[in-house]
Amino acid sequence: MSTIAPVNQPTQPVEPGDGPATTVIKSWKVPIVLGVFTVLGFLLLVVFGRSGTSTMVLSTSSDLIQLPDVLLPTRETGIVVSVLMLAITGVSIWMVQTHRKTPLWLISVFALLLLIGFLAWASADARIPVPGLLFGSLSLAVPLIFGALGGVISERVGVVNVAIEGQLLAGAFTSAIVASVTQQPLLGLVAAMIAGTLVSFVLAAFAIKYFVDQVIVGVVLNVLVTGLTGFLFSQVLAPNAALLNQPPKFERINIPLLSEIPIIGPVFFRQTLIVYIMYIAVAAVYYGIFHTRWGLRLRSVGEHPQAADTVGINVNGTRFWNVSLAGAVAGLGGAYFTLGSVGAFGKEMTAGAGFIALAAVIFGRWDPIRATLAALLFGFASNLQNVLSIIGSPVPSEFMLMLPYLVTIFAVAGLVGQSRGPAASGKPYLKS
Amino acid sequence: MTYRARAIPTARAGRTSIESKTMKLELRGITKRFGALVANDDINLTIEEGEIHALLGENGAGKSTLMNVLYGLYRAEEGEILLDDVAQHFAGPGDAMAAGIGMVHQHFMLIPVFTVAENVMLGHEQTKAGGRLDLAAARTRVREISDRFGFNVDPDALVENLPVGVQQRVEIIKALSRDAKVLVFDEPTAVLTPQETDELMNIMRQLKAAGTSIVFITHKLREVREVADRITVIRLGKVVGTASPTASNEELATLMVGRAVDLTVDKAPATPGAPALVVTGLTVIDPLGQILVNDVSFDVKVGEILAIAGVQGNGQTELTEALMGLQPRVVGEITLDGKSLRGHSVRQVLDAGVGFVPEDRTRDGLVGGFTIAENLMLDRSNKLPFVKRFNLQLAYLADFARSKVKEFDVRSQGIDTPVGRLSGGNQQKVVLARELSRDLRLFVAAQPTRGLDVGSIEFVHEQIVATRDAGTPVIVISTELDEVAALADRIMVMYSGRIVGIVPGDTPRSVLGLMMAGEVPAEGAAA
Repeated sequence: MSTIAPVNQPTQPVEPGDGPATTVIKSWKVPIVLGVFTVLGFLLLVVFGRSGTSTMVLSTSSDLIQLPDVLLPTRETGIVVSVLMLAITGVSIWMVQTHRKTPLWLISVFALLLLIGFLAWASADARIPVPGLLFGSLSLAVPLIFGALGGVISERVGVVNVAIEGQLLAGAFTSAIVASVTQQPLLGLVAAMIAGTLVSFVLAAFAIKYFVDQVIVGVVLNVLVTGLTGFLFSQVLAPNAALLNQPPKFERINIPLLSEIPIIGPVFFRQTLIVYIMYIAVAAVYYGIFHTRWGLRLRSVGEHPQAADTVGINVNGTRFWNVSLAGAVAGLGGAYFTLGSVGAFGKEMTAGAGFIALAAVIFGRWDPIRATLAALLFGFASNLQNVLSIIGSPVPSEFMLMLPYLVTIFAVAGLVGQSRGPAASGKPYLKS
Repeated sequence: MTYRARAIPTARAGRTSIESKTMKLELRGITKRFGALVANDDINLTIEEGEIHALLGENGAGKSTLMNVLYGLYRAEEGEILLDDVAQHFAGPGDAMAAGIGMVHQHFMLIPVFTVAENVMLGHEQTKAGGRLDLAAARTRVREISDRFGFNVDPDALVENLPVGVQQRVEIIKALSRDAKVLVFDEPTAVLTPQETDELMNIMRQLKAAGTSIVFITHKLREVREVADRITVIRLGKVVGTASPTASNEELATLMVGRAVDLTVDKAPATPGAPALVVTGLTVIDPLGQILVNDVSFDVKVGEILAIAGVQGNGQTELTEALMGLQPRVVGEITLDGKSLRGHSVRQVLDAGVGFVPEDRTRDGLVGGFTIAENLMLDRSNKLPFVKRFNLQLAYLADFARSKVKEFDVRSQGIDTPVGRLSGGNQQKVVLARELSRDLRLFVAAQPTRGLDVGSIEFVHEQIVATRDAGTPVIVISTELDEVAALADRIMVMYSGRIVGIVPGDTPRSVLGLMMAGEVPAEGAAA
């Protein structure tokens, strides 16, 4: 053979230099999910629709600017919402058929419609206090947000932090004691950070120095802290409650001007010091991770520790101190339970908030802002259940109690899909 | 609770140009042990100012270990490192870099999700007010170096989106931005096309002209002779000699391996029969919608070796996996002896008589903690005579394993040795012994000699040719042109998921090189 006979000429010329070709796989996941929810929504809002008028209260009595209540005719709202949801499902089907992805904003609009329809349905001939609903959501989300920030820092540096629950609980416990004894909530806050850091030290030492599986250390730590605080609570705190378990709570601080903005003011700017610290923490962690030397090194260690090592970054040192920092941040969230909302430590009072925070980290794709939004969503789901049971909705309260966890499962499994975390997260760095 | 990143102590201010800065590097009596293994045994090496010094040796000879000692990643038990006759003590890579040593690693030390500028600045970041990273300064630095050597690298590109050759340039920029005066290239050509290799050689010459000393670690003789000023050969952790670039291939190979080596494979001309494996319009898509293998059609005939050549990552791996039933999203048709294989499970594909040597033997080919005997029956652990009802037939297995170990010359302390403790060559022999002890109608070997010593390579190649001569169609997937040239009866070149062309086995290297870069050969170009 003296000539080359390319047996299979490619159908299109091969162009060197460009990246690999891509195609959009037809995925019917989104339209199917939207369709199922449209049918469920239709059944609930129209077939089993309730008649009457739903009232949305937009202002609190102490507001300077009083907004009028919004009155929605319940059945008509249900019909309009169902039709709109059907339309969005149709658009989604059409988009898949034309090889396009359903944009996230469309899914968000769908979710918002479903929410409005559901709220109107549940509050037929009743009043829903919207600022109260949102205020409570933020309150419930505060520990989740602190926990999620701790999770983001820890996972970004390459250590899976399952111990958020333990860090929250340790923070709650310690802050209750210290604040009770000293009568200084600020000292309680500091103590909570130290407690969270100490839990992190154990995680860091076992995971980084002794290469123990990080998930297992985290789970064991959670069980340990739960058991330890439970034991000390019943043996020490409960008998001496007046001395050890009556911490002074943080006072609410109304920020001038900002607190008078309708809806937003009462929700965001009539809060306690811890919540204001949280706003700063979210911004600081975001800025720090993406715009500073600290963040660049932290991310490099979590993505490719060997590469970081070869440019002279101390991988295990970076991991150790940042995991500790993560514990301190999560500890602040624990302090919110005792010093911000409840006012005393109770056995296992975190009730799985650490795990919801972990879900928020993943749902938020390891980004502080998105993780915060995810935590707010979970907080909203929890508080919706509270509000609805107060106004006496026809949904059984046991069913409503599942709501936050249902939202978590759907959010993490359905909406996130395949997301890519830090490449080296969970892998110990063994220097040969 | 604030964390302050440790700044690397260097006097970088004011040192912005690398011209006229030269340095002499000397390694004296370096000895490095890993347990009982002596990886470097009393190595002496001097790199003169502004020379390209090749460090030649087989895989596992101790070249990379030596350079990791130099770079501060390993601590040597004995010996010292001198720069311009001053002894140095490197506690880590940071110290080595500060002293002017840069390294282009074999597996790039780049963060895939960072931009070029972020990768270059990592470890010696400049900041503005508020601790904000000064990305603008890093961009300028990248552009400056990129322009000086004509690299054409975009500082804002994400590293994971860059071709391998460009990533390597980022590594070079990274070292130069730290004012490296000695630059170590660790097996830099392993991942490059022949054209990219030529470009790299030119870059090395440019760097040398600018006064940078270069240590070039490789096991490829041709490259050494082309670019090196001096050659030091390492074997089994010891310096066994030095040579000049004018030495012949045979001289260098003999020095490297320690005995005369036959660089070619004895192979009678192929006598191809009827097509056995026919692949039509095969397309493989990953979960994110990337087309990894794009409309590929070819056949393999009885009694021939089809080599699939191409630079790593152009769809060969996915094509192989699709053949074996390991890829979930496959369009097109695969038939073996007229029967369809597409959509079948791996078990069904194996039962249809396909033998498979996976490209990563420690991950996909063997279970490291299992013994040799257990690994030999992995694919037949559900069949007579290895299992009767629910019971493993251990006596039969032992006999079987002993005969295979003998037949395939697996050197070990016995059939109960965990394969994880064997050398790469012996591990590959276990894989071959397992796959070739079935009745095969097709044999697929992916990167069959990757990381093996010369002796094992010879053995593996003989086995592959023997399999062909026994009438089995063979597919060899390889990124090594030497291997392709030695084995192939026909060569299929892949680029970016497509077939660039299928050409005869004696096609010149230069044509193959162009094809590996995606250029479709003109009719008659290889006359």
